[in-house]
Amino acid sequence: MSDSPVAVEQAHGPELLHHFADPEQQRAAASLGMWLFLATEIMFFGGMFCAYLVYRRWYFAEFAASSRTLDIWLGTINTIVLICSSLTVALGVRAAQMGKRKLLVVLLILTLIFGLAFLGIKGKEWSDKFHEHHIPGPQFDAGEIQLNGHPVDARSAQIFFSLYFAMTGMHALHMIIGVFMFVILTWYAWKGRFNQRYYTPVENCGLYWHFVDIIWIYLFPLLYLIDRKK
Amino acid sequence: MFDNFPLWPARAATTAGQVDALYIFLVLLSAFMSVAIFIMILVFATKYRRRHGRQAEPIEGSISLEITWSVIPLGVFLVIFVWGAVIFFRERTAPAGASEIYVVAKQWMWKLQHEEGQREINELHVPLGRDVKMIMTSQDVIHSFYVPAFRLKQDVLPGRYTTMWFHPTKAGTYHLFCAEYCGTQHSGMIGQVVVMEPAQYQAWLGGGTTTGSLAQSGQTLFEQFGCNTCHRFDVQGRGPNLKGLFGKTVQLEDGRSVVADENYIRESVLNPGAKVVSGFKPIMPVFQGLVSEEQLNELVAYVKSLNTPASGAAGTPNLQSPGIQPPTPKE
Amino acid sequence: MSSVAITPEREHYLNKEYGISSWLLTTDHKRIALLYLVSITFFFFIGGFFALLIRLELLTPAGDLVQADTYNKLFTMHGQTMIFFFLIPSIPAVLGNFLVPMMIGAKDLAFPRINLLSWYLYIIAGIIYLHCILTGGVDVGWTFYTPLSSGFSNTKVIEAGVAVFINGFSSILTGLNFVVTIHRMRAPGMTWSRLPLFIWSHYATSIIMLLGTPVLAITLLLVVFERAFGLGIFDPTRGGDPLLFQHLFWFYSHPAVYIMILPSMGVISEVVPCFSRKRIFGYHFVALASIAIAVIGFLVWAHHMFVAGMSLYAALIFSLLSYLVAVPSAIKVFNWTATMYKGSISFSTPMLYAFGFIGLFTMGGLTGLFLAALGIDVHVTDTYFVIAHFHYIMVGGAVMGYLAGMHFWWPKISGRIYPEGWGRLAALIVFIGFNLTFFPQFVLGYVGMPRRYWQYSQEFQVLNVLSTAGSTVLAVGYLLPMVYFLWSMRYGKLADDNPWNATGLEWRTASPPPTYNFDETPVVTWEAYDYENMPLPQEVTLER
Repeated sequence: MSDSPVAVEQAHGPELLHHFADPEQQRAAASLGMWLFLATEIMFFGGMFCAYLVYRRWYFAEFAASSRTLDIWLGTINTIVLICSSLTVALGVRAAQMGKRKLLVVLLILTLIFGLAFLGIKGKEWSDKFHEHHIPGPQFDAGEIQLNGHPVDARSAQIFFSLYFAMTGMHALHMIIGVFMFVILTWYAWKGRFNQRYYTPVENCGLYWHFVDIIWIYLFPLLYLIDRKK
Repeated sequence: MFDNFPLWPARAATTAGQVDALYIFLVLLSAFMSVAIFIMILVFATKYRRRHGRQAEPIEGSISLEITWSVIPLGVFLVIFVWGAVIFFRERTAPAGASEIYVVAKQWMWKLQHEEGQREINELHVPLGRDVKMIMTSQDVIHSFYVPAFRLKQDVLPGRYTTMWFHPTKAGTYHLFCAEYCGTQHSGMIGQVVVMEPAQYQAWLGGGTTTGSLAQSGQTLFEQFGCNTCHRFDVQGRGPNLKGLFGKTVQLEDGRSVVADENYIRESVLNPGAKVVSGFKPIMPVFQGLVSEEQLNELVAYVKSLNTPASGAAGTPNLQSPGIQPPTPKE
Repeated sequence: MSSVAITPEREHYLNKEYGISSWLLTTDHKRIALLYLVSITFFFFIGGFFALLIRLELLTPAGDLVQADTYNKLFTMHGQTMIFFFLIPSIPAVLGNFLVPMMIGAKDLAFPRINLLSWYLYIIAGIIYLHCILTGGVDVGWTFYTPLSSGFSNTKVIEAGVAVFINGFSSILTGLNFVVTIHRMRAPGMTWSRLPLFIWSHYATSIIMLLGTPVLAITLLLVVFERAFGLGIFDPTRGGDPLLFQHLFWFYSHPAVYIMILPSMGVISEVVPCFSRKRIFGYHFVALASIAIAVIGFLVWAHHMFVAGMSLYAALIFSLLSYLVAVPSAIKVFNWTATMYKGSISFSTPMLYAFGFIGLFTMGGLTGLFLAALGIDVHVTDTYFVIAHFHYIMVGGAVMGYLAGMHFWWPKISGRIYPEGWGRLAALIVFIGFNLTFFPQFVLGYVGMPRRYWQYSQEFQVLNVLSTAGSTVLAVGYLLPMVYFLWSMRYGKLADDNPWNATGLEWRTASPPPTYNFDETPVVTWEAYDYENMPLPQEVTLER
């Protein structure tokens, strides 16, 4: 994504790696690479979505009952936080394209704040679940989850929470990686590495961030809003 | 044929001949195709071998040839597909009135229960010339019930029933293998299927000590667990009447409908909340962990025995009729 | 043998820099290819060693050489080593890494440092896996079937799973690099229909790596979580579905078979025209067949599960699709054979391996028709018939193609000629040894010997003895090339830039190539396999 100091000395432009013919080829390669990487990410999450669909069909009532124990307000706030961060990223890419260094840095920092806020709220939700013994495993206890006035079948509820933790866990891991990427990106932006001609890293990190957001946009209704009527 | 160098196992069930026929067809087809390719390579390689200064003739390709060798193989493949599918269809469709044997697999042993109540371990005795249906489940990991002489195999899964059926055609003793890797002693999870003349089979049946038929044991359990307090046969209880239930389509509380097969009964015992019958409340306790796989089989056999005997297909002895007394063979 | 002393040596990728860091920190795709070559050869011999122990154990019906649990570890680790650490990286990471940029006229892959990262991921995974082997091993079969792997086995499943997981990312990044390189880095004039078929097959392979591997990664991760933290997604005692694991696993692992065979087909598509001095017959059909295999290959996974408890109708659909994927493979075989028609055929080592490949792949493919037929699959799945079938594809096909390619491009890679006589001898030994090892297993499977059996019934012994005898022959056949390749690096005749007078771009630069492959970016004005305009090479003479 960014360049090595060795390659920079190859008597091309400062950002052009030696094995590319021109900056346009380099930009196109990096961009295609990112899109392909996101395709692999879709397949990665796809495995879990597939498992989710199977079990939700099998154990719909239990899934709905377990889903109601999730904190819908925290989930909604997190969704808004992520959408805001997507906006700041999109504006940041625009700022990079126009060569506005300070604006770019501010927007990147805002994105970081939103990202960390998301992770913080997620952490709160996880620790709540921990106290409620909703973490799958030997400690698991579905005690208070009710279905039509009766305790829900603990096994199916556990599958729901297994999927909940696997999916939000993998998503949070991607968020954490994204936060690291944005810290480095902010540092480079601060040093004035990007300009109108060279902003590929901002664009690609932005794509990644949008992707992680989109995953959440699917996770939120699938996990929190299965059956909230009544 | 050759004792130390067999080319195929004994043929001891109706399926074996069908599978072998397709197999032999495919062997001939493959041999023909391989030999054709080998000969072409050999002929080209010798005829057009590089001699001094010999130039190749420029040939780019030929659309008509490409189409020919795509369409003809596709046609042949479709024939094989249909042929294989027809055999598979027969293998998977158990005839009505087959006698049923319940199998519980565990690391590393086969436990079998006959309808009449006999229990066996790693050995299965069946009479010649009668349809036999296996209803199988596993206590731990995935196993696979494999009898080469029948050309049949079916994985045995934990948490559900899988079935297979066969019609033995030749008396003898045949291998029973576990074909799905199941842990340390996988290769020791073997046994025998003994196909017996009906008369011998009767003698064998009479020889063992049993505590009554599978359905009878199921009935005992049914009363012991107190199932009969809610599932009543005389008046409408708090649970559905189970008489005549098996094989029917059941309307569920959430609008879906399911066929009441072995897997449904199994699930309804272990996890009754999963599929609640329309008009009833989900009040039945969960039996997961309270009944063993063998007891579950007995309960399933009992529920099945509550069906009024369906008039079986022409001539097939119906062994599913209330299994209270040992069935009398018709042969 | 001519002497080796060379006066003022031309600078190329091998002698440009020396020292360990010039290798371990290189971003040159050619050097990374050699790093891979060394590492996969290492794992090949580990996997081969396990295979020999397995064959020795099966010499007698009783389980006498090793204990049952040791035997189970042997076949598990043989499979995992060979598939994840040898076959999947073999041609793509070695020959593909070396050749993809050169064949399209690029200076390097699009992301050289990601390429190096791929190798490091492979090595990290390899070290974790070696640690797993050395500290007790793993015994769940290479397929990791649940619930055996998630609950019942008490071996190092987590370690093995993590190793395969990490290795998967190595393969994803390699595939990503190839696709981007092929799309964006082609030299002027190198249009899609001028691409060598080796590139087409690597393109198809990369698509599978990109879209399949992540599914395996998440599946194994869930198994690891299930073992480590008690998540219960595949656990039947908690209402989970072990079949879901199989579906997800085979969604990758069936296409993975095409990851192994497609690059090999690419090699054969280069070798056959070169040694027939002809354009490949039906270029577009061979190229599109690769893509068709990659696409349809994603739709056939459940044919591994016909007896696993799937519904009848699902089985019918997957059986039908499996027959469809056989058509493009058949097209390829016919086209290679037709390419030889009215050619000018030489019997150099790569061509001998290509003959072997076509023959063995044909047999492997035809026995695939048996397995796709539902009625027969019920009988032969999970028996030695399957073992024989996939070894015909993966060893008879993929490894034969790998060796063909190694011999074909060895002059380019090393700048030296391997001893032709030894090469032909080894090819013959491999062919004979292979058939002796695996043909009896077809019969064995149909007679009913299940796979993964440590001890077996008496009547299977004769065929097992034949197979074990063959495996020792095969081992010799595999050791020979390693010995004479190493020997030739020092003592082999110096190679010309284009010893075979082949047409590819990689032959239009020096042997070994300079660091940036070409002194000037080439401009392509000819079609692939333009052998009409290429003179015959010098007669290959057997060295004494």
